Amino acid sequence: MNAKPALTTTNTDLAVLKPFKFSPAGQVNDLLFSRWLAEFSPRSLFLIALILLAWPGFALAQSNYSFSQALDALWRWLPFIVGKGFVLNLVVSFMTMLVGTIAGVLLGLGQVSPARAIAAPSWFITQLFRNSPWLVLLFIVMLALPFEIQIGDHIYPIPDWLKAVFGLALPIMANISEIVRGAIISVPTGQWEAADSLAYSRNQTLWLVILPQCFKRMIPPWMNWYAILTMATPLISLLGVEEIVTLSRQAMEAEDNHPELLVPFFGFALIIFFAYCYPIARYTIRLEKKFAVRQ
Amino acid sequence: MSNSDWTPEQPLVSIRDVHKSFGELEVLKGVTLDVRQGEVICIIGPSGSGKSTLIRCINALNTIDSGSIKVEGIEVNNPELDKLKLRKNVGMVFQQYNLFPHKTALENVMMAPIKVLKQAPDEVEERARKLIKRVNLVGKENSYPGELSGGQQQRVAIARSLAMNPDVMLFDEVTAALDPETVNEVLLAIKDLAQDGMTCILVTHEMGFAREVADHIYFTDRGVIVEHGPPSTFFTEAKDPRTQEFLSQIL
Ligand SMILES: Nc1ncnc2c1ncn2[C@@H]1O[C@H](COP(=O)(O)OP(=O)(O)OP(=O)(O)O)[C@@H](O)[C@H]1O
Ligand SMILES: [Mg+2]
Repeated sequence: MNAKPALTTTNTDLAVLKPFKFSPAGQVNDLLFSRWLAEFSPRSLFLIALILLAWPGFALAQSNYSFSQALDALWRWLPFIVGKGFVLNLVVSFMTMLVGTIAGVLLGLGQVSPARAIAAPSWFITQLFRNSPWLVLLFIVMLALPFEIQIGDHIYPIPDWLKAVFGLALPIMANISEIVRGAIISVPTGQWEAADSLAYSRNQTLWLVILPQCFKRMIPPWMNWYAILTMATPLISLLGVEEIVTLSRQAMEAEDNHPELLVPFFGFALIIFFAYCYPIARYTIRLEKKFAVRQ
Repeated sequence: MSNSDWTPEQPLVSIRDVHKSFGELEVLKGVTLDVRQGEVICIIGPSGSGKSTLIRCINALNTIDSGSIKVEGIEVNNPELDKLKLRKNVGMVFQQYNLFPHKTALENVMMAPIKVLKQAPDEVEERARKLIKRVNLVGKENSYPGELSGGQQQRVAIARSLAMNPDVMLFDEVTAALDPETVNEVLLAIKDLAQDGMTCILVTHEMGFAREVADHIYFTDRGVIVEHGPPSTFFTEAKDPRTQEFLSQIL
């Protein structure tokens, strides 16, 4: 209903609302990843699974290590791969999202601050981490953070997975910062002016008027980033974190590195990530449609 | 609330030689006018003549480059101006209503007195319900803005402003976005206010309404006041050709 004010109430002196020109505003609805993921039909999933499972069966039928032996091996290692490995992927994804969301919201609010001394560095940090390769960030954090910290007499080791959380949280933070900024500047300026004319302070306007209106708008893109992040957690295997891919390789080594193991083990990793992220993507798209209709 | 040396005998709003530019474009080129307590003035003029800019300067939504605007003795053109204090005394209603869409009609009216003036919620609610009744919206208390017609939303917006107990109300073409059928209900609400003694500054294109309620009418064009006078003479004795042309188009 409030589509009009955005077009007609641009005559304001308030510095708060001027969007930065140098990066496209309001990428809130950019759900490419979720949209792509959500478009898999259940039947195509079944087909992919079938191909994954059947192909090595045909190709390696004559080899002395049979496909069913490989499946047996997978079955034996399953509790280890999932219970220790995939669970760590999930723990890392939750922790990263937590850290990244808190930091990202602060940074996003910083970006729309009327004080240039806050807005400019917030913008810079956002752009920096939004456009850096995740793996490079991971390596930097891994090497920059100490492997233990001393508080008083106690020495606390920092496990690798925790360092990985900080490394992954940087790009998540930057992207959530953009979501927050986009959502805030998508609220018509008339809302700010109405609140101003009623003597609300800037903070009151932000927390009582603006954020409640755009909170829902932020949920789908936030979930989109959660799915992207979860899919990206195997990156940390390159740093030696014992997540699902690392443990799968350890398991295959313990099974004498038969090449026939590759497809079942990594195929399984694909499937479990898919099974976890697919419903999230579907739900994201549904929420987005629902909120779009309401506005 | 007001400055100690201001008395009700002096103009409530006093605008002196106000200049305002947006970049290269000078929108206000020396505007001077006074509004006394209880007075209703209407500002008319062609699109782009600076009417909105002028009244937005009164509650410091826009800043001015030079000149002076005093509201109850408070100088608005002052870098140390306490904007919040000023705006507690000046209500404003916009063309696009700008109600808060996530709050019901009643909540829209109650929110500012509770959050800004820190008044007791039950007291505020009682007053808010009276205001809703005053703008003829009993039964719509729990409707969200999206569920109300334009005219209804605008009346909620008026009630929302009144809930702050302002000393002066600014109206910026508040009926311009409405369907013709609903214009009247909003004008009636404003008329009721005006007759009740509220000081009102209206930007409007409703000439019949201006003639009826205004104490004084100002015609602006390209950033200056071209002509002004009480409605009894303004409409019949306009001397400036620009005023005559404008009136002939609109009447
Ligand atoms: N924030 C702004 N930045 C730049 N130019 C502006 C701004 N606000 C207003 N203007 C310009 O100032 C001039 C006067 O605008 P204003 O809104 O005060 O006119 P108006 O008399 O209210 O017109 P209308 O009847 O169309 O509402 C216009 O040319 C407008 O484009
Ligand atoms: Mg205007």
